[in-house]
Amino acid sequence: MLKKRIIPCLDVNKGRTVKGINFKNLVDAGDPAEQAKIYSEEGADEITFLDITATSDGREAMVNVIKKTSNDCFVPLTVGGGVRSVEDIKKFLLAGADKVSINSAAITNPDLIAQGANIFGNQCIVVAIDAKKNGDKWEVYSHGGRTNSLINAVEWSGFVESKGAGEILLTSMDRDGTKSGFDIELLKQITEKVKIPVVASGGVGKLEHLSEGIILGGASAVLAASVFHFKTFSITEAKNHLQSRKIPVRMDY
Amino acid sequence: MNLVSIVDYGSGNLRSVYNAVKQILNKHTFCSNVKVTNDIKELNKSSHFILPGVGSFKGCLKGFYSNPGLFECLEDNVINKKKAFLGICVGMQMLAQRGFEGGKSKGFGWIDGDVQLFSLKDKSLKIPHIGWNSLSFNNQHPFIGFWKKNSRMNLNKEINAYFVHSYIFKEKLKKNQLLLSNYGHDFTAMVGKENILGTQFHPEKSQKLGLDFLRAFLNWDSRV
Repeated sequence: MLKKRIIPCLDVNKGRTVKGINFKNLVDAGDPAEQAKIYSEEGADEITFLDITATSDGREAMVNVIKKTSNDCFVPLTVGGGVRSVEDIKKFLLAGADKVSINSAAITNPDLIAQGANIFGNQCIVVAIDAKKNGDKWEVYSHGGRTNSLINAVEWSGFVESKGAGEILLTSMDRDGTKSGFDIELLKQITEKVKIPVVASGGVGKLEHLSEGIILGGASAVLAASVFHFKTFSITEAKNHLQSRKIPVRMDY
Repeated sequence: MNLVSIVDYGSGNLRSVYNAVKQILNKHTFCSNVKVTNDIKELNKSSHFILPGVGSFKGCLKGFYSNPGLFECLEDNVINKKKAFLGICVGMQMLAQRGFEGGKSKGFGWIDGDVQLFSLKDKSLKIPHIGWNSLSFNNQHPFIGFWKKNSRMNLNKEINAYFVHSYIFKEKLKKNQLLLSNYGHDFTAMVGKENILGTQFHPEKSQKLGLDFLRAFLNWDSRV
């Protein structure tokens, strides 16, 4: 049976993890590659790296992070932030990433989704959607949430699927950082709209939120950053929780 | 000194496969060296071959055949000389006679069967099939026996591997179906015919289980 995935996300700034974390027994507490290795040993099903600077300098630093991580971390790696061209996608894939997530560039140049999918296969093209509720509908934001594209998020999800996206990483901007749980209504509308897997992100504060995203929201995977960074709970605890809710998870790690 | 060659024909992520192999090889493994290459001379010196593949069936084959002499070289080493061969993901699908991704096209034809899109009755199941899924042993094969005997894991418990694909290998002969997984219905997770092996899952991304599997492959002498 296909398992539901737990994906820790590392926010990276110039090759260093941003949230200062107090992992024990770490030589370098801010090295994303070392943190990724720890997460994988705790049972992370995938690891996502997000370049929060989204600049060309940040991209070069991120290529090195991915190279270092893929040396001895053998779980799938997704990388996003500032991906603008086929060349950017290729750089990350050759460095050892399995999937590349596109956000702003998908809005300004939707053909990038199709080009990436045609060249590298749609399995490695993830479209990240940052959605915020305005009135009775959700709209897609770009450039780290600063620009409202005025595009309807649910319609956008169907469009990116038709362009060849292999997966959607859906972040609720209303919930991000609030620790009040995923925006289940948004999640539900999008998981019902598309045939491709949807990764839920934004708002995880407690274990129950993870199972809600899967059971109520229909997510194929749940992503969180700060709860894992700050050790609110571990990945192993998250897996045990999902298992207690009868959600299939991978336990042989 | 036995050499494993990761066949470089321009298909994406060879680094992960290389890193995983590198992690395993040491002076005690049957293979003790690894190369990422499309050089015919290097390939002819190899005892083991890994053919990775990401993207579409048609795209991978097109890329593969754009390397002059590569198919003939592999055919000589694998079909005539019976050297150990492992195809991964699309690299496994390329062993089939025909594929339908990106339009109908011919594969190597080393294992009888076609590569077809998942046909799922349950419309709530997402495509691509992405994530960790359990493996179950199906038919016997010398490699499977070798892996079970030498595994550092408990293969009798549930084991999971990482998949990411929309197309599946449908063999004509069920005896070539070595491992199964299930997504809406049973599908082939691993094929095997004599010295020719292929996995739909990505051992290089399947953490402990994947490395255990690759270790068995790199220690396996298909000619014994």
